[in-house]
Amino acid sequence: MASVDEQTRIKRIASSIRVIPNFPKPGVMFQDITTLLLDPKAFRDTVELFVERYRDMRISVVAGVEARGFIFGPPIALSIGAKFVPLRKPKKLPGEVISEEYSLEYGTDTMEMHVGAVQFNDRVLVIDDLIATGGTLCAAIKLIERAGAEVIECACVIELPELKGRERLGDRPLFVLVEG
Amino acid sequence: MSSFSFPFPRNLLLPLRSLSPRLSLPLPRLISLYLPSSRLRFHGVSTRLMASLERKHRIAEIASSIRVIPDFPKPGVMFQDITTLLLDPKAFGDAVELFVERYRDQRISVVAGIEARGFIFGPPIALAIGAKFVPLRKPKKLPGEVISEEYLLEYGADKIEMHVGAVQPNERAIVIDDLIATGGTLRAAVKLLERVGAEVVECACVIELPELKGREKLGDIPLFVLLNGA
Repeated sequence: MASVDEQTRIKRIASSIRVIPNFPKPGVMFQDITTLLLDPKAFRDTVELFVERYRDMRISVVAGVEARGFIFGPPIALSIGAKFVPLRKPKKLPGEVISEEYSLEYGTDTMEMHVGAVQFNDRVLVIDDLIATGGTLCAAIKLIERAGAEVIECACVIELPELKGRERLGDRPLFVLVEG
Repeated sequence: MSSFSFPFPRNLLLPLRSLSPRLSLPLPRLISLYLPSSRLRFHGVSTRLMASLERKHRIAEIASSIRVIPDFPKPGVMFQDITTLLLDPKAFGDAVELFVERYRDQRISVVAGIEARGFIFGPPIALAIGAKFVPLRKPKKLPGEVISEEYLLEYGADKIEMHVGAVQPNERAIVIDDLIATGGTLRAAVKLLERVGAEVVECACVIELPELKGREKLGDIPLFVLLNGA
């Protein structure tokens, strides 16, 4: 049960997120976190809420999904003393990578991670701004588990519960701040 | 070989990679072994010297953590890969600190970061100095109303976009990216900010490729970097 202080912080975070209708296509209510980033206190509180949760969990890697996971992941990683590992669209990472394909509504996409970034005994936190269907996060989890590491939790600012992403993650825990 | 200078001359980058793993003693303690015992008389000098050497040590560690990938994204290009810096929490933290130390007292209200690697360095800096973070993105990524600036590539053109209303007139801004090459992207970013009436105080990158003359392309907008790359 969130404390009063936590509730205040979460309220401010929730109210700083704006919803853009019909983006990227008709019928989609897009949760835009860029307005959260324009409120330094809300942004700081967002990072703090994650840091408070994970600082004593011996997390050694924060893996962030391109591109908005790159915004939230590094401040968390720096605060808890973990490595930051970017998970990227195809052909962006130089050097040797492993790839995981995942389904989109129409077609597929691929996510890549550097070979050697994650070691077999790493304890990993996966970060993205939002979980919708959970397809992207599942691909991220697969990449990390293929490297032999353990995904301790997935963390997002926003969850869209109607899209049942949480179920898709199976037994990997999901922590979110706000429901959209 | 000349004495240390910032940014490091190109040819200093390689020897430092082999030096830094052997530099096991913390630098201030190492220096104190060689300073005169009369701390009172030499206190001012020794403190400044130690701070300067500490800074140089931090930059050396940052430099040695960056790996170069040949022939990426195409033959002949030596790609400066900062992902290995991100795997070293101390070096990554030091890199952020070096920017924060520079900008914390400059009343910066906007840190604009260029997609995607600018998204990695910009937010920690913004958070530390209490500024807004404004992502500058490839076309069609930002929802809502945007302004766009086109810029030239080697072949063809690309565009960078910013949200309308993210930055107000007279705000003091810095632009962050991991690396400056030709300067095309950074110049487009500067133009976006100036079009909405902001003042771009400085552009900041981890790495500069000086041969590509990006600094000139920025004209009278200052550029601050931690390292030079070959």
